[in-house]
Amino acid sequence: MLSKRIIPCLDVRDGKTTKGIKFRANVDIGDPVEMARFYYESGADEIVFYDITASSEKRNIMIDVVRRVAETIFIPFSVGGGIRTIEDMRKVLLAGAEKVSVNSAAVKNPEIISKGAEAFGSQCIVLGMDVKYVGKSDKIPSGYEIAINGGRTFMEIDALQWAINAEKLGAGEICLNSIDADGTCDGYELNLTSLISENVGIPVIASGGAGKPEHLYDVLTKGKADAALIASMVHYGTYSISGIKTYLDESGIKVRNRW
Amino acid sequence: MIAIIDYDAGNLTSVARAVSHLGFKCIVTNAIKEISMAERIIFPGVGAAGSAMESIKRLGLDTAIKEAFSSGKPILGICIGTQVIMEYSEENDTKCLGIIGGKVLSFKFDAILKNGPGLKIPHMGWNRIILQKKHFVLSDLNEEDEFYFVHGYYPIPDDPAHLIGTTEYGIPFASVLGYKNIIATQFHPEKSGRPGLAILKNFCEWKPC
Repeated sequence: MLSKRIIPCLDVRDGKTTKGIKFRANVDIGDPVEMARFYYESGADEIVFYDITASSEKRNIMIDVVRRVAETIFIPFSVGGGIRTIEDMRKVLLAGAEKVSVNSAAVKNPEIISKGAEAFGSQCIVLGMDVKYVGKSDKIPSGYEIAINGGRTFMEIDALQWAINAEKLGAGEICLNSIDADGTCDGYELNLTSLISENVGIPVIASGGAGKPEHLYDVLTKGKADAALIASMVHYGTYSISGIKTYLDESGIKVRNRW
Repeated sequence: MIAIIDYDAGNLTSVARAVSHLGFKCIVTNAIKEISMAERIIFPGVGAAGSAMESIKRLGLDTAIKEAFSSGKPILGICIGTQVIMEYSEENDTKCLGIIGGKVLSFKFDAILKNGPGLKIPHMGWNRIILQKKHFVLSDLNEEDEFYFVHGYYPIPDDPAHLIGTTEYGIPFASVLGYKNIIATQFHPEKSGRPGLAILKNFCEWKPC
């Protein structure tokens, strides 16, 4: 039986990890390679890197980080943030990432999903979605709207429709971030997560809002997520990955418990 | 020297990095001479069976791999590498190398079920191996060890004697196959942490009789 995956997410800016609250006030909290090694050794099932480097000249720093991470950890990891072209994807994958995630660029140009899947295989292409609840309307029938540019620009695109389209275009997985829940530590957005997960045939990683192990239990059961992204709750040492996994295991969720 | 066969099928650097990390010398290559000189061969890959076989034939690697097999060299197949060792794949209706008798089929589940579990495709993530037959390369395996899978198709060997390990995903399927000097995994040992590295290390030291 397939295990539910627990995935720490590292925000990286200019080669250093940060963790923002609601996408603002980022503070440096460490070296991404060392943090990746720490999480690899403590039982992470996968690691997500999100590059929030603002200037394009500094983007090559991230490629170097990816290369060093690939030499250090032997579990899958994905890289997102600032991926705009097939060439950007190729650089990240050649540097050693298993998967690459596209978010804003895919909303502006959905073809990047199909071209990426064709060039590297669907299993490489993760669609990142930043979603906010705006209430049901004719334009947004599910009530959930897609935002881009780090959650700042709303696109009048329905999140459910976009997820279904992205699967058709060849996305291999969805990383679903709730702007409402992100950084609150009050729990994942369960309605949004189950809505998307029940209507696509590809795995869904829930993101945003994890504050305690019970939140992961909820999103992996009621939320129907295949994997859960965590950040603050482990970055600041409040919880350990093994502690979270022990809790989930004892609550009847199948997780990988030997590494 | 270990030759990791390069046939434009995805990220081979991760296999090379894992093998180097274990202290073994390896080379990522599609040169037939280097493959014939190597002591052992890793045949990895991600992607689709159709384009994989196309590249293999275009590069003349079909003969090279079959020759390596008949010479008795240890060969490790990984993921698509494992699937194209079989005779036929349902993916892109592809005739494969036929080193191990049998075929490759797709998982057929209804992923979108309102009131049921609904298994998603690809089978992506960590899962266990139930050992069906002892094998040197899997000698360190603990029944609770898990391995990283990402695939929508799975091999079915004709001869049950070639079945080394199985995994459950809706149905039991062959996750490790073995025949003479070939061992082939559907999962990615290079991405499966400590238990995966143990399999790679055992392969690098395996002396098939």
